[in-house]
Amino acid sequence: MAIRVFHFILLFLSFTNLTYSLYEDQVGLMDWHQKYIGKVKHAVFHTQKTGRKRVLVSTEENVVASLDLRHGEIFWRHVLGTNDVIDGLDIALGKYVITLSSDGSILRAWNLPDGQMVWESSLPGSKASKSILNIPKNLKADKDDLILVYSKGSLNAVSGVDGEVLWKKDFADESIEVSHIIQSSDVIYVAGFVGSSKIHVYGLNAKSGELLDKNHAALPSGTFGELLSVSGDTFVVLDEMRSKIVIIHLKNGEISYNQKHISDLTEDIAGQAVILPSRLPGMFALNINSYVLLIKVTNQGELVLVDKVNNGAAVSDSLSISEDEHAFAFVHYGDNKIHLSVKNVNDWNHDLLKESIVIEHQRGKIDKIFVNNYVRTDRSHGFRALMVMEDHSLLLVQQGEIVWSREDGLASVVDVTTSELPVQKEGVSVAKVEQNLFEWLKGHMLKLKGTLMIASPDDLAAIQALRLRSSEKSKMTRDHNGFRKLLIVLTRAGKVFALHTGDGRVVWSILLPSLRKSEACENPVGLHIYQWQVPHHHALDENPSVLVVGRCGPSLSAPTVLSFIDAYTGMELKSLSPAHTAAQVIPLPHTDSTEQRLHLIIDDNQHAYLYPRTPEAIDILKHEFSNVYWYSVDADNGVIRGHALKSNCVQEAVDEYCFDFRDLWSVVFPSESEKIIATMTRKPNEVVHTQAKVMTDYDVMYKYISKNLLFVANAAPKAAGEIGTVIPEEAWLVIYILDTVTGRILHRMTHNGCQGPVHAVFSENWVVYHYFNLRAHRYEMSVVEIYDQSRADNKDVWRFVLGKHNLTSPISSYSRPEVIAKSQSYFFTHSVKAIEVTSTAKGITSKQLLIGTIGDQVLALDKRFLDPRRTVNPSQAEKEDGIIPLTDSLPIIPQSYITHALKVEGLRGIVTVPAKLESTSLVFVYGVDLFFTQIAPSRTYDSLTEDFSYALLLLTIVALVAAIFVTWVLSERKDLQDKWR
Amino acid sequence: MDKGKGVMPSNTRRWAVDFSDNSTSPSSRDVPDPPGFSRASIDQDDSTLSRQKRDAESNWKAQKAWEVAQAPFKNLLMMGFMMWMAGSTVHLFSIGITFSALWQPISALQSVGKIFEPYKDSRVELLGPKLLFIALNLGGLALGVWKLNALGLLPTHTSDWVSSLPPAQEVEYSGGGLNLS
Repeated sequence: MAIRVFHFILLFLSFTNLTYSLYEDQVGLMDWHQKYIGKVKHAVFHTQKTGRKRVLVSTEENVVASLDLRHGEIFWRHVLGTNDVIDGLDIALGKYVITLSSDGSILRAWNLPDGQMVWESSLPGSKASKSILNIPKNLKADKDDLILVYSKGSLNAVSGVDGEVLWKKDFADESIEVSHIIQSSDVIYVAGFVGSSKIHVYGLNAKSGELLDKNHAALPSGTFGELLSVSGDTFVVLDEMRSKIVIIHLKNGEISYNQKHISDLTEDIAGQAVILPSRLPGMFALNINSYVLLIKVTNQGELVLVDKVNNGAAVSDSLSISEDEHAFAFVHYGDNKIHLSVKNVNDWNHDLLKESIVIEHQRGKIDKIFVNNYVRTDRSHGFRALMVMEDHSLLLVQQGEIVWSREDGLASVVDVTTSELPVQKEGVSVAKVEQNLFEWLKGHMLKLKGTLMIASPDDLAAIQALRLRSSEKSKMTRDHNGFRKLLIVLTRAGKVFALHTGDGRVVWSILLPSLRKSEACENPVGLHIYQWQVPHHHALDENPSVLVVGRCGPSLSAPTVLSFIDAYTGMELKSLSPAHTAAQVIPLPHTDSTEQRLHLIIDDNQHAYLYPRTPEAIDILKHEFSNVYWYSVDADNGVIRGHALKSNCVQEAVDEYCFDFRDLWSVVFPSESEKIIATMTRKPNEVVHTQAKVMTDYDVMYKYISKNLLFVANAAPKAAGEIGTVIPEEAWLVIYILDTVTGRILHRMTHNGCQGPVHAVFSENWVVYHYFNLRAHRYEMSVVEIYDQSRADNKDVWRFVLGKHNLTSPISSYSRPEVIAKSQSYFFTHSVKAIEVTSTAKGITSKQLLIGTIGDQVLALDKRFLDPRRTVNPSQAEKEDGIIPLTDSLPIIPQSYITHALKVEGLRGIVTVPAKLESTSLVFVYGVDLFFTQIAPSRTYDSLTEDFSYALLLLTIVALVAAIFVTWVLSERKDLQDKWR
Repeated sequence: MDKGKGVMPSNTRRWAVDFSDNSTSPSSRDVPDPPGFSRASIDQDDSTLSRQKRDAESNWKAQKAWEVAQAPFKNLLMMGFMMWMAGSTVHLFSIGITFSALWQPISALQSVGKIFEPYKDSRVELLGPKLLFIALNLGGLALGVWKLNALGLLPTHTSDWVSSLPPAQEVEYSGGGLNLS
């Protein structure tokens, strides 16, 4: 009986072990969370009323947010789905924020103060078209304030109060590309082009949507770019040669036009002209080369050049500051400063504001500017400007100073790597130590009070504050446990940030010059970031560095950009623009004498280029020449090919760092029944502790641990789309595990009635993947474990005792070991955005799967739940071994959300990094928000917990020593007395 | 074994009255003989008596030695019972019992000489008891080892030797994947 009870307790303990959870007061100790919004597209100020001044923004990360104008904090924020791109943002009725999203098919109204959604209406349509949101002032139809939306080829008038579509006019049959909606009292004019030279105008009754008149005119030539509204009924557009400006008047539906050569306005500037999309009353801005021309359109339709600004950067929309007075802002660069001018549209010679601002060089150029005014105490107008920078950050400038800034580039992290911090230097001053000692003692006395429960509420608050802002965790030096590291992230803007893992602050940031837009590089994109140099043995005095691989444009054939950055200082060490392209980058498992990792860059012409370009690197590669392979996955054609290095390139120019390769094998999947939807490999730096898996009966299974394994998931071509588009009979999922050296298929399995999206994670000898089961209408997760049967006969103990075994001798994939795979599937409630697995320094600690759920949280699930050895009724021995009885679905334990109460909005990826302490793994989660924490899948068995009371320990030791001393003295005295007796 | 300890002579005693004092040299005695008493005559008179006495003593010693030699047997039974109680799972209780079961015979074997020292006599044959004692203790040791094995704490399985082996190194290296996008 006692044994039974004991087992029960043991079982209970093992279950409590499964959950990883935090106490309330531990939140924020190890983790940090940062909220971002992304690059601002539209901004609307809301400052009319007294009280909280705010700006409403919509961003490229599909975020609608309300920001505090004083500090830049987020009042409220909504992250729409990835496909729900916001096209328009405005304020209606003075209390609703209206957003138009999803190609103009969804119109939503949010309550301005708190961001609650008031109504949503969907505007269906078949034709893809530009979507326009127009909220006219004082346009009413039956007391309803109208919102005009042109989307999907039809014009909708939506009630501002409840979102009801009042009337709808379909233009889908007219083949017109509507570009403007003009409203004049009761008539709405819709203007647009048919082709590029025919302009059409439709007049509609604002109350009913009835077509009143229809007019069209042919322009003498085609047009270039967008039609820009200059005033209510005047438009400008460039002709197709980009040499003339066409001015179009639409007076009561009548169309008239005239045109003017740009060279007539200014003679000394030539080049490709672009009309800037800033809406200014009676004016427009034209960009030629680096000049911005501000051109006024007179009432007679004449063009007058008002100003010519060199190095102009951005022009804001106009802002009405009083009746008939409109102001706008523009910025230009000069002598390392940014000059901001706010001018009155009608009174050109007079500056409303002229300021010079120094903006950090690393923020790049100004992308967009939004201006807002306020009335000063002396009734004059003051202006504040919201600037969107090249690195996607957001600045508010007021009175010549940056009031606040937001690093919103961090909302679009592309890739992450880590770097160690510098080793602590010696020579700390004595005074500092004493101070520290006193502080340390004080802190521990407080903690002791807390432990003994004699602390007052003030003390408790002090303890919590002490724990939260512990200076220990944010030091700039390496720590013993390896918790402090630098997270080096590459953002979509081409900026590289180094974040401190202790508190998430930006240590350095660099806007890579090679990834900035230039003549040579039109659309630069940062692709990946690699650890280039990780000095730890014989090059300790060198700083670690990272390699950023970028490309000038989205296509594979675009030129490559390589940039090397010092991980401590954030300086660009060098940048290369090699002649070849970069289709793949393969970090090799070899480093040279300065610990630079060898990389092979494969271009799209089937050549491999070796980096670093040193003779030493070539020697190393020559030595390993026959053992370096690579494979390419061609998802479009369903082919996976294996290649090996062959010889130096045969080219006109001799390049000894260039290598040809030969094709070794190819796996061709039948295109009529299978389509590659996901591939996954093991992390190259993963450490595995042991090759054996011990079964309950002391039997051994040998794991098939190879880094050259590839998991491939193929779906039926019909079922490659969204869930619900096919019936279960037409859907299947085939998974393969391939050896990428020999092309051998180790395991193949079909899931009938299942479809993607597939998210997978590969670690050690197992792969876990997530997919949708159409028959069960549920998501499923499966685990496949691969074991090496060819080693299974190593069962004689004496051979191990005497060391006569070959289990640790190097193995080759060509030995074709016999493998078996074990697998099991379970239902899983959530749909998943990303799956990752914890990684620890030595690989001894048990693993947890980190699942980024659709709710933007991260769930830690023990690997033990995904174990093919699970059975419905495990035997006693199996239970003791930690095997959990088989259930049909995986449990979701609320305490095991590592993001606890937080959400990582727009979650895109999870990165795990081992700490030096074996029990602990560092987790970085990125999306629109950033989140970092430490987790210990088997608890921190190798260190004392953070709240361990050292003072109590010290006190106990002191008390014990004192007791020993006292009793010793007493016993001596007693002895003496006895002797005298 | 406990009994063996009980009869062991202790060096720290304060005083003792030796009733079987048979020393003949007066110098070894602190107290002088009373007047008129001749030690030599008594010794001569008692020589037969003392021989008998010595015989009895050696008999008694031999008997005691056998008793001491058999003492581990009870221990063995006791240990067996405890082990049965402890069960076959590894936890604090069973480990404690097993290790004490291992430790007791070992420490007893180490001090075989000491335990039988009080019964050392030129006329007492101690080899038999000693052998029995050693055999019984070895039995106890075997019981302990058997228990250790039953608990799975002996490296008798392949798994005990393999789990510390690192994975074999691979000769080939392969990288690649989908094209960068």
